[in-house]
Amino acid sequence: MAGLVTYGAYIPLHRLRRDDIARAWGSAPPGGERAVANSDEDPITMAQAAAIDCLGDIDRDSIDGVYLATTSSPYKEKQAATVVARSLNLRRDVATMDFTDTLRSGTLALRAALDAVGAGSAQRVLVLAADCRLGAPRSEFEQILGDGAAALLVGGDDVAATVEASHTHSNELIDLWRSSRDNFVNSWEDRFVITEGFLLNMQEGVSQLLKKSELKVQDVTKAALYAPDARRHREIAASLGLDPKTQVQDPMFDRVGNTGAAFALMLLVAALEEAKDGDRILVANYGDGADSFILRATPQIEKIKDRQGIRKNLASKRYLASYETYITHRGLMDTEGQRRPPMVSSAPVLWRDQKWVLGLNGSHCQSCGRTFFPPQRICVHCRSKDNFDYVPLAGRKGTLFTFNKDALALSADPPEIWCRVHLEGDVGVYCRMTDRDPDRVELEMPVEMTFRKFHDAGGYPNYFWKCRPTRESFIEAGEGI
Amino acid sequence: MNPSAIRDKVAIIGMGCTKFGENWDMSAEDMMIEAAYEAYEDAGVGPEDIEAAWVGTVASGITGNLLAAPLKFRFMPITRIENACGTGQDTLRNATLGVACGLYDMVLVMGVEKLKDSGLSGLPEFFTHPVYGQGATAPGRWALGATRYFSSVGLSPEEGKRCLAKIAMKNHHNGTMSPKAHFQREITMEQALNAPVIAWPLGLFDCCPTTDGAAAAIITSTETAKKLRPAKDYVLVRGFGVAMGSGWGKENFDYKYDYLPETIAAGKQAYEQAGITDPRRELSMAQIHDCFTIAEMMEYEALGFSPAGKASEDIDAGTFELTGELPVNTDGGLKSFGHPVGATGIRMCYEIYKQIQGKAQLPARQLKDPKMGLAMAQGGHPGFLQPVVAILGRSDLAK
Repeated sequence: MAGLVTYGAYIPLHRLRRDDIARAWGSAPPGGERAVANSDEDPITMAQAAAIDCLGDIDRDSIDGVYLATTSSPYKEKQAATVVARSLNLRRDVATMDFTDTLRSGTLALRAALDAVGAGSAQRVLVLAADCRLGAPRSEFEQILGDGAAALLVGGDDVAATVEASHTHSNELIDLWRSSRDNFVNSWEDRFVITEGFLLNMQEGVSQLLKKSELKVQDVTKAALYAPDARRHREIAASLGLDPKTQVQDPMFDRVGNTGAAFALMLLVAALEEAKDGDRILVANYGDGADSFILRATPQIEKIKDRQGIRKNLASKRYLASYETYITHRGLMDTEGQRRPPMVSSAPVLWRDQKWVLGLNGSHCQSCGRTFFPPQRICVHCRSKDNFDYVPLAGRKGTLFTFNKDALALSADPPEIWCRVHLEGDVGVYCRMTDRDPDRVELEMPVEMTFRKFHDAGGYPNYFWKCRPTRESFIEAGEGI
Repeated sequence: MNPSAIRDKVAIIGMGCTKFGENWDMSAEDMMIEAAYEAYEDAGVGPEDIEAAWVGTVASGITGNLLAAPLKFRFMPITRIENACGTGQDTLRNATLGVACGLYDMVLVMGVEKLKDSGLSGLPEFFTHPVYGQGATAPGRWALGATRYFSSVGLSPEEGKRCLAKIAMKNHHNGTMSPKAHFQREITMEQALNAPVIAWPLGLFDCCPTTDGAAAAIITSTETAKKLRPAKDYVLVRGFGVAMGSGWGKENFDYKYDYLPETIAAGKQAYEQAGITDPRRELSMAQIHDCFTIAEMMEYEALGFSPAGKASEDIDAGTFELTGELPVNTDGGLKSFGHPVGATGIRMCYEIYKQIQGKAQLPARQLKDPKMGLAMAQGGHPGFLQPVVAILGRSDLAK
């Protein structure tokens, strides 16, 4: 029976204090903070990071499908899931699909994955949802949106949660939209959007689901509910008859924000982290209709360990210096950069080199046993020719061997920190560092590799790997895990 | 290989060098004309005497026409050379081989670079993989060496930066006595240490400027030189070293960033060709590649001037100052004289040539009785170097 094998999540390191947004526009300080993707992050890189968290040491060759849900893909035409699949070194015959355009795309992808596994066309499907939606400067969306990603591995065996029931319905109504030319989320007048759109459809979906499953709302251990903001979240929970103290999964509006297509699934991951054998989790999501699921945790749930999940991602953070930093990270203001040559790209080079550019594979010499990155056809050490295996380096622990802080380099966030990192197995990797506090970079510090966007030369996103200080190193004393 | 195959067979009989700097009013062609005509006049020859030429530039043009067009050479063999920052020395090396084998007897060697038309800070990008290494800068790449070198030799970053500041002060001081240098101003330790950071740990005064310039040499066989000029006025080419790194040092776990293996190899080749066994004692001076002060510091060790890990002690002792045991960058170096890439190596040879002739531009800079000098420039950065070494000597050194 199809269910969830395991889960993962990703919340960017950076948080923006909502009071900093208010200060920029002279409005009342609302308190709280929102998660903000770094300038080198987008839904593809965030989904990839959640996927790595989800997969842990699961055999990558066992994955039959990657379903990527987002409303903010960097592409209007061209698939995003293929980038993630190659960066994870999945099989070539993996089924890649993008689910787009609706806030329901995350739960629609989950539904499709459950159907594929249920029908036997796939054994294991990786469901990813990520969003980085933009609210116009000074809009309420700018305050309430947040960036993040969730990952669920759907499979038939050894599931940690079974799916007892599901319901979906579609509903045509113009409430939120971005036309093909829009950068920012648009909304019709709030009263209409909430009453005719959000509340009615969520209520309809959940009541149909409970009827199908012959359950009462009291049977729900935790409810992972989409809502546009904290106030509407309280309203929908109350209208469904849920006890806000015990039955409602904390929606994290004051720490992350509304993460769009990823939101309901991130709340599901948070609920799964706390779940015990036998717990029932209600998931309800809204967007051009509503999707809802009842999941039941199995004894396997308590065996899932070593995930960053929501909890650890929440605990490790770094504040953006200012609203201006946020607005430049999102490319919303033209700033003067260094007078350096513009970046250039080449589609054939990116295609030819994807084994290492996307997959971070090194060459492991079969003759002398040394590993090099990028891969070398002729071994640097023993000059053995074309006698190597590709070895993935992404999960290896690293230390910082040498570095600079380059203020001259073209950078969205100077100084650019270039490094040589030493990874486990005596592998030297020359790379940039991201998600760092320049004043806390020092020799021999522990680092890990992370998949990021480098630039948009050629008119498309160019992805590669950087190192970063370990996420754990940003857990502040007393933040509490 | 026969290391003494070319030793003392070729002589420099004339040289020219433009004012180095931001030569807004001069094109590459203008500067080549300036350098060539100074060299003609010095050598007492004219364009009609030149049989072949080599021209070196990294980014200011392609093909031998680059030189033929402004100087109006008619249907003569001319080859353009590029080997990054060592282009100047390598242009001289290729021309020297042409003369040493007897094919040509009067050859023009030109190095030129016009950088200030680009509008960029620093050098243009030469390495354009879509993501790997793209956007790295020259100071950033050398800073990777500085960070690790300091740690490896037991200097704190602050102590290391003081050593670098002393190199910058020395080269700025020497530059004050070089009218053709880009800069003629002293700097203080405080200025150097408090300057804006370019690529930590390197600050503004650890970096050479972006400069326009050209330099030229006229070379001939030693036999011909004897007929054309008095013995004190021509300088012999004693040997070269060129050592291309396989280029994977920065990816190679075994390379630890605290030494310059390519530079060591190039130095050894040049010393063997020139018959040098103790460079610190036998060289009267060295013009070496201070694109960044950390480069000069690490080169002291790579070229055998200082024992490995001990450069800081020699810096503190003043070994490489104008009055020291082995004066280095007597004309101000890249740091002060400037770094028009293709011209730099020829400019270094120009300084050695003038010093050996006793004609340093200002008498305050003239070394006493110099016999032999080393000119080393290298492109790249720790882990990926292209050093080229030339050694020049006084005519009475020839056996």
